[in-house]
Amino acid sequence: MIRLEGVNRCFRMGDQEVHALDGIDLAIDAGEYLSIMGPSGSGKSTLLNVLGLLDRPDAGRYLLDGTDVATLTEPEQAQVRRNKIGFVFQSFHLVPRLTAAENIELPLMLEGIPADVRRSRVEAALAAFDLADRAHHRPNELSGGQRQRVAIARATILQPTVLLADEPTGNLDHRIGAEVVALLESLHQRGTTLVVVTHDRELGARAQRHIGMRDGRIVEDDR
Amino acid sequence: MTLRDTLAVSLASIASTRTRSLLIVLAMALGVGAVVVLTALGDGARRYVVGQFSALGTNLVIVLPGRAETTGGFAGAALGQTPRDLTLDDARAVGQLSGVRRYAPLNVGVAELASGGRLREVTVLGGNADLLPIRRMALAQGSFTAAPAQIVLGRVIAREFFPDGNAVGQRVRLGDRRFRVSGVLATQGESMGFNTDEIVFVAVDDAQALFNTETLFRILIEADSRAAIEPVKQAATRLLTLRHDGEEDVTVITQDAVLATFDRILGALTLAVAGIAAISLAVAGILVMNVMLVAVAQRTTEIGLLKAIGAPSAVVRRLFFAEALWLSLAGGALGFAVGHLGSWAIRLAYPTLPAWPPAWASIAGVATALVTGIVASLLPAARAARLDPVRALSGK
Repeated sequence: MIRLEGVNRCFRMGDQEVHALDGIDLAIDAGEYLSIMGPSGSGKSTLLNVLGLLDRPDAGRYLLDGTDVATLTEPEQAQVRRNKIGFVFQSFHLVPRLTAAENIELPLMLEGIPADVRRSRVEAALAAFDLADRAHHRPNELSGGQRQRVAIARATILQPTVLLADEPTGNLDHRIGAEVVALLESLHQRGTTLVVVTHDRELGARAQRHIGMRDGRIVEDDR
Repeated sequence: MTLRDTLAVSLASIASTRTRSLLIVLAMALGVGAVVVLTALGDGARRYVVGQFSALGTNLVIVLPGRAETTGGFAGAALGQTPRDLTLDDARAVGQLSGVRRYAPLNVGVAELASGGRLREVTVLGGNADLLPIRRMALAQGSFTAAPAQIVLGRVIAREFFPDGNAVGQRVRLGDRRFRVSGVLATQGESMGFNTDEIVFVAVDDAQALFNTETLFRILIEADSRAAIEPVKQAATRLLTLRHDGEEDVTVITQDAVLATFDRILGALTLAVAGIAAISLAVAGILVMNVMLVAVAQRTTEIGLLKAIGAPSAVVRRLFFAEALWLSLAGGALGFAVGHLGSWAIRLAYPTLPAWPPAWASIAGVATALVTGIVASLLPAARAARLDPVRALSGK
């Protein structure tokens, strides 16, 4: 489903070129659960951003469901992000002035779904993620675990095929982190492809496939 | 994203920074309000002056004896030279011209009015029955047919001489002649500095006898229409020149020309004042741009997030654009209200000044607010749309 061929991504830092991604070849099948691990600056977040179409490779090809994403226009890429990809971030990235329900509603709104349909789908999502009683709370009134549940609900409301999680438990304590991981894994069990970037060996080890990165290269690919 | 959602989301984000939004709306409103109030003042002054002229009568052509031209060695020598006077026959002849609706000869003088032991000096206007309608004057009581020994009293005069209000039918003495009061003028108030409440009207023959003269002070002519003014003016000049042995020794002026000049001057003044006020709108536009730039900077991560969850650049641009639109719309509407309230206050304070904001100024003020707001949002909105999502998400 996902195929990266010789993907390069370079950043300029002062007069130095940093190869965040250096000739990455990677194929991910639908329904896989993989973790990407490696030290800081190894390029794992850049890889996740490229997978999520937030970043463009400087060289190489990225085929998503057989389509070379480089050929897509900006609005088409946005549509792919909306419908096929869900992002979960370490710092949740909820819009502070919107309530939990409104945050979850955002992708539906961007998709142009009518308000009455949106309402029922948001209600269903709130119930599914055990947030029904927090619907009208703003993010600053929610606990860390609740915030990440809102973020996951938002990421999955349009039923994407791929869920990309960047340190999803990084800002949570161990117990709450475990709950969030269980939630993500339950989504994987229902068929979502799950890619988790993490420092946490314990979390990384739970995946079915482990990718190790160093200096922009894949140094380990262990199924 | 639907238009409705775009508008709702942008409105909500404006509401979340309430103080800042209110201040910017206030700046906008002051600009629009200034345009509306100042044009109301300017246009009110224009209408006041035009109204004062119109009170003299409309489509008016006035014949004066004498001709203002420089003939002698020093300025002023020729002014008021009257080789031949205007006569009643001249007036009658002019009255027969085509395009003339009605005409009135006019004599003016001062005489002593006496009745029942009271005495005062009054300004006397001698004319015919058409004098009152030409001057747009109405009678409160009685009538005026310009019959001999008939007199019409101004409001104040009537009250002073006959406090119990039964002036009509009373006998008065004007100068050395006896008159019977046939009517009382309705209140007119000041008109071009001439208080018509303190004058009396008599027939032109009586006035000429009273002042012992054969000549006229003016001939007032009312043309059929605005278009007829100029032909009547030329025809009157030709006719009087003919009657005065080929010498053009009268001056014919039209009220229209004077009016048009004032109209133009004050109209230009209004525009100039509106232009100055519009500068404050441009300043408000810059404020809107500044606020939007700050908003983009403050909400960088939010913009990154929107892009990450699938908002195309165009949607991000539209969201910020809509925010500016809301701000200028609110500013424009509030300014409209402030302007009309201000004009109303001016009308309350100066009842004689018809300070109504002209429709074009209200529309132009609000439209300028909208346009400046929209133009000012283009740069910030484009900047937001251009943000790189990865950098934006990390808050850089």
